[in-house]
Amino acid sequence: MAETESTSPAPAVQILAADGTVAPTASAEPYLEYLDRLTSADHEQFYRDMVIARAFDTEAANLQRQGQLALWPPCHGQEGAQVGSGRAARAQDHIFPSYREHAVGLVRGVDLLGIIEVMRGTTHFGWDAADPSNGNFRPYTLVIGAQTLHATGYAMGINFDGATGTGNPDTDQAVVVYFGDGATSQGDVNESMVFAASYQTPQVFFLQNNHWAISVPVTTQSRTPLFQRAAGFGIPSVQVDGNDVLASYAVTAKHLDSARAGGGPQLIEALTYRIGAHTTSDDPTKYRTQELTDSWIARDPIVRFQAFLRGQGASDAFFDGVTAEAHDYAADIRRRTHAIADPEIGLMFDGVYSDDHPLMTEQKQWLEQYEAALDGGAS
Amino acid sequence: MSVSTETTLQTMPMAKALNAGLRQAMADDPKVLLMGEDIGKLGGVFRITEGLQAQFGDNRVLDTPLAESGIIGTAIGLAMRGYRPVCEIQFDGFIYPGFNQITSQLAKLTNRTEGALQMPVVIRVPYGGHIGAVEHHQESPEAYFAHTAGLRSVSPSTPNDAYWMIQEAIASNDPVMFFEPKSRYWPKGDVDLSQSAAPLHASRVVRLGTDATLVAHGAMVTVLLQAAELAAADGISLEVVDLRSLAPIDYEPLLESVRKTGRLIVAQEAPGNVSVGSEIAATVAERAFFSLEAPVLRVSGFDVPFPPAKLEKLFLPDADRVLEAVDRALAY
Repeated sequence: MAETESTSPAPAVQILAADGTVAPTASAEPYLEYLDRLTSADHEQFYRDMVIARAFDTEAANLQRQGQLALWPPCHGQEGAQVGSGRAARAQDHIFPSYREHAVGLVRGVDLLGIIEVMRGTTHFGWDAADPSNGNFRPYTLVIGAQTLHATGYAMGINFDGATGTGNPDTDQAVVVYFGDGATSQGDVNESMVFAASYQTPQVFFLQNNHWAISVPVTTQSRTPLFQRAAGFGIPSVQVDGNDVLASYAVTAKHLDSARAGGGPQLIEALTYRIGAHTTSDDPTKYRTQELTDSWIARDPIVRFQAFLRGQGASDAFFDGVTAEAHDYAADIRRRTHAIADPEIGLMFDGVYSDDHPLMTEQKQWLEQYEAALDGGAS
Repeated sequence: MSVSTETTLQTMPMAKALNAGLRQAMADDPKVLLMGEDIGKLGGVFRITEGLQAQFGDNRVLDTPLAESGIIGTAIGLAMRGYRPVCEIQFDGFIYPGFNQITSQLAKLTNRTEGALQMPVVIRVPYGGHIGAVEHHQESPEAYFAHTAGLRSVSPSTPNDAYWMIQEAIASNDPVMFFEPKSRYWPKGDVDLSQSAAPLHASRVVRLGTDATLVAHGAMVTVLLQAAELAAADGISLEVVDLRSLAPIDYEPLLESVRKTGRLIVAQEAPGNVSVGSEIAATVAERAFFSLEAPVLRVSGFDVPFPPAKLEKLFLPDADRVLEAVDRALAY
């Protein structure tokens, strides 16, 4: 069984070797200038982001096992791809996630309790992309690939508004849309690339190839490396080691700047791995070997970056501090999860339409009266 | 297009009325965009958007790639950006590739965001039979969309309603499925350019009568008016209600009519099984039970795929099929 394609590192852009040493591939050369802009404080932030995201993710999976959440889709293993790309986006950029981009939400400023609320079943929403504190991070989309068209339409609107391509990278807007290897088989993803190419949208397609669409390996989705498909749409593309946060950062930053400078849509395939289950309803032991998972655990993005930071002289005190911070973050999530109130009846009816709708008024009123009557008529 | 003695009254076919309504909406609001296949230089296969790209430019009237899901999905993104896209689906039977984006995304996004995100998107769908076309070109898919929470669905039956309802649909902050009865594109009617006859979601009595009530939407309204004319010659007085809006349905004018006549016949081109007509029959039975002298009867297309065009006259309800139902209702 072809469980996974051989992820030959040769073409993929890589900055850090698996042991954390700086060893850029030849393909990394065009991206190195973006690394020069990073300070040691930036490096420490990347590490902090990844560790907190993992602590959050682990806590959320535990909360699901404790009956607090209906479901949890873990991002364990994908923190390098997510933090690197998320940190590469500028403040004015717009992010369209799928449903596993917890680390991206974190770096864009979203209170991740919103994801918990969605997975607990108290809301479909979680956070408001129009609130500036949420970093233009759109709500999750659960139907695979559907958000790629929304991202492309939004990017068309940026073009029509003249809000990009002016030559000012500090204000020109661009879009990043996240999707996975399974999504590349969806019609919507392909249509979004057709539209993006036709309208030359300021947009980066960020494909996290985590090698599994629930139980189906990426080889069933594609017999060619996924980033090569972009050529057929007339979209420039690159493959990057997604477990190398520096590579993910540099590649995304450069291609976003190309997109915002009028270069049209770009595609990045980040090779990474879903260490955990698809969701807490899944059982990976039925379709993949522990040996394969172990081979990817050996390429863990956090371990690799920790080695890099140690090589840069980071202290034990720094690492201990981040560990404590992540512990506190998870504890805070746990405490607030237990405090989430159930939604009111109005949540079901009030947001279905923007303008008045007679059925919403009638049915909400009926249900409220019915419930009040069940409570002994004490309404 | 001829101008009558009153300057605000013009005679034109529905196709021209829709074109004029779209032109007015685009002039009123620079955020209104038209998107669809062949709608630019060609003006659409029915010429509804003729001349609009020349007037408003390529960025306001988009000849899109040939992909219905792509059209709806990118329209959603444009609406997120603050635009008010109006999408043209070329023919009724071509809407299904866009079904997921319409029902799972467009319809649900306002709800998903607890009202924070408005989705002012109009989807224009030329629909229905009577034009002798090939498979997928004569269907009436409105029930799928009327069933979907979050969408509004309307269908004009006259040029005047078409002119006003398209503008009202574009002004709506919710997604509107705009079903255009393509067999009514060409007959002319008066359009009052000064004021709308009724709000977008109002149903309307279009012929007064006393013996039974007939209700329909779109092209079937014309069939009902023909049936009422024929019945009048036999001394039977039929009231005709133009539904205009399929979701929400404005029941009060209909119920008032039924309370007066005691009988209701619902007509539609769509197959009757689990249809808009079924919903009307159930609701009127619930709300006007003691006014009814006979069961509510449905006159529909048969529960088969739309047949080859040479059979369409047998598939589509005509005035005689409506009158057959009237006779049954009056026999109670």
